[in-house]
Amino acid sequence: MRRRWCRASAMAEFLLLMAAFVVLMVALGLVRVAIGPGRAERMMAAQLLGSGAIGALLLLSAAVGEPALVDVALTLALLSAFASVAFVKFAVKQDRQAGDEGQAQ
Amino acid sequence: MTSLLDLASIVAIAAGAVFYLAGTVGLLRFPDAYTRLHALTKADNLGMALVVLGLLPQAGGLLAALKLVLVWLLVMLSSAAVSQLIARSARRRDAVQ
Repeated sequence: MRRRWCRASAMAEFLLLMAAFVVLMVALGLVRVAIGPGRAERMMAAQLLGSGAIGALLLLSAAVGEPALVDVALTLALLSAFASVAFVKFAVKQDRQAGDEGQAQ
Repeated sequence: MTSLLDLASIVAIAAGAVFYLAGTVGLLRFPDAYTRLHALTKADNLGMALVVLGLLPQAGGLLAALKLVLVWLLVMLSSAAVSQLIARSARRRDAVQ
């Protein structure tokens, strides 16, 4: 029986394969979150995860012929940008406090 | 014609996947924050751009293709801004230490 949601073609299979490859790559990039060393490095891995997930969702959307997944990718792009900006606001504030304490001592 | 477009798609998407691979390898292997950021932005911009370029012929119509381009532009804008912010935060951290 042919699955209804899947355009059964070589192109769809190639797109699915590429989506899986991109997800695997950004998952490997998450090792950087574990080993650090700084907060900036951890945030870079999160940024890579965001852009990789967007790319994988776009590929998946074309592979299964589901245009709604492009909207999911768009939402993810917005959220990952917000997450990074929130991190930078937090890190700058904390570094400034650390700098003031360093000067006071 | 269709097979030619399919071939162009396959080449562009495979090249984009290679840039994602390069971004991950660079993020894991490069020695300091700035070079890692350099690798990350390659994956962000070139990987995403090539994937979108490869998906354009596969999009159903003009509107769907336009939407893909719009997603790509938004991601470019946000990733450029975010990499500036992360670089500034790393620089400030190095200055404090």
